[in-house]
Amino acid sequence: MGRVVLNRIIGAVPVVLLVTLITFGLMRLVPGDPTAALTGLSGTPQEREQLRKDLGLDQPYYVQLVKWYADLARGDLGRSILLGQSVTKATFERLPISLALSAYALVLTLVLGLLSGILAALRQNTWLDQAAMVFAMLGISLPNFWLGLMMIVLFSVHLGWLPTGGYVPFTEDPIGWLRTTTMPAISLALLQVGLLARITRSTMLEVLRQDYVRTARAKGLPNYLVVGKHALANTMIPVVTIIGIIVSLLISGSVVTETVFSIPGVGQLLTSAILNRDYPMIQGGLLFVTLVLVGINILVDIAYAWLDPRVRYDG
Amino acid sequence: MAEDVATLDTVAAVPVEARRSSTRWDTLFRLLRHPSFRTGIILTALIVLAAIFVPIISGVDPDKLSMRTRFMPPGAAFLFGTDNFGRSQLARVAYGARLSLLIGTAVVLLNAVFGTLLGALAGYFRRLDNPLMRFNDALMAFPAILLAIALTAVLGRSIPNVILALSIVYVPRTARIVRASVLVIRQMEFVQAAVAAGAGHWRILRRHILPNSMAPLIVQLSFLFAYAVLAEATLSFLGLGAEPPTPTWGNIMAEGRQYMREAPWIITIPGGALAMTVLALNLLGDGLRDVLDPRLKIQQ
Repeated sequence: MGRVVLNRIIGAVPVVLLVTLITFGLMRLVPGDPTAALTGLSGTPQEREQLRKDLGLDQPYYVQLVKWYADLARGDLGRSILLGQSVTKATFERLPISLALSAYALVLTLVLGLLSGILAALRQNTWLDQAAMVFAMLGISLPNFWLGLMMIVLFSVHLGWLPTGGYVPFTEDPIGWLRTTTMPAISLALLQVGLLARITRSTMLEVLRQDYVRTARAKGLPNYLVVGKHALANTMIPVVTIIGIIVSLLISGSVVTETVFSIPGVGQLLTSAILNRDYPMIQGGLLFVTLVLVGINILVDIAYAWLDPRVRYDG
Repeated sequence: MAEDVATLDTVAAVPVEARRSSTRWDTLFRLLRHPSFRTGIILTALIVLAAIFVPIISGVDPDKLSMRTRFMPPGAAFLFGTDNFGRSQLARVAYGARLSLLIGTAVVLLNAVFGTLLGALAGYFRRLDNPLMRFNDALMAFPAILLAIALTAVLGRSIPNVILALSIVYVPRTARIVRASVLVIRQMEFVQAAVAAGAGHWRILRRHILPNSMAPLIVQLSFLFAYAVLAEATLSFLGLGAEPPTPTWGNIMAEGRQYMREAPWIITIPGGALAMTVLALNLLGDGLRDVLDPRLKIQQ
């Protein structure tokens, strides 16, 4: 097991190096002079020159690159031009909000996705199966920002049940938190619910055809034990591998969802950085999120090896 | 419509025995019997036809402003209503469909070319595999939409930049799929026979390996079309697509958001069109996958 953990961490090193290198290169894709875009029409040549110095753009590329890695090693992702604050600090300040929303959406994803997938497999080719799969297909196809807007039109504008946006921290007012996060969490979760339901269903169908399930039935185990104990444990294995994909989709989705519902999280931080051409913030935010994701994928692989001894022994 | 026929044609040419016309027709019939494929292809055809003909038949300029017809709800005069500038929503949504399909097609074509090229090189020439795939892994480590957002933010707002950004995001994913099937096919006996017969690398790749590794690629491309259309709308909605007043679906919804209370149809209709397009392409992809590449059925 220790070997699996070690291998996986060593294997991630080239990816992390390349990811940081690509992110560094991203800023250099800005056509023309990035400081012209940053200072806007009112910017004087002196202001631009000052900004160029501040951003280190007056240095040769290799110096910039060495500085980039030296800063990264100290956990410094640069300074946001818009906020005048370090990117790391700005991100960490808003992270709890995004994490709370993503956790809510993840719970919805797991409950709804697993449940509908398992039920569809157990009732294969019945109306329940078909309804679950139509629902899953819609989840995959409906744009989440549109779904969010439609919910606002229905539940906030017409019915007046829920606020159109904003955020109340859970610790201050749990009911208020639920009122502000339920619509965003649903619109954020639906894509992943659809994906998970489809994968759970097909895996479960596969598992139910295995010999050991037949053996379990043959020895007279009640259905809930056959399904709940023997089939479910093995259905979980492929499902764990897609948790990484689900988290990746949650992160990308939250950028849009937070914008639609005016939730002041990391996603909205990035959108406002985009609109204001705050390149260091875009660059740092992208790198931060990607590195978190690389870490999550390592954890997923370790969990996979832990759950499935075959992976562990094949190394 | 021409596009659909072309798709069917490539699809039919996929299996190993493609040269035998009976198999070609067999695949086509199996596709047409598949319920999701059938629904998907009909919906896609309707959307393509609407995108081509609605602007021609209605003859309405999507940029024509008219203060007298502001915020007209959908009705006899304006089928899809009008927006805050009194522009016909029918014309704007139809032009939006053209742009969505255009961008989707461009991304799919670029993926077909560069994804195949990179995947084939990595899968066939073992020495290239490691460097190419490490770089691929790194690009795939970024969350797709987020990387597209960063790229378009840096490159600037325009349709070519959106196409470029989405291709950079998705080509590594396509290359990975092509590589996987090339790795399997190159071990097969008929490839070894071709090597023994003295065929060169280029001929082996083009004549023997690639034609036999197309099925997963075609399935991937049909889903990719759906992702690309959705991602383009998301980028436009966030203010990173083509500059307004270009009527992309994302732009129309971003503008309509302020008038959600008085004129909800401004966001409802383009969003519905987007959802229908993505749904049609996903159904199409499901059908193609089941018929062309049944092994994938388990994984998805």
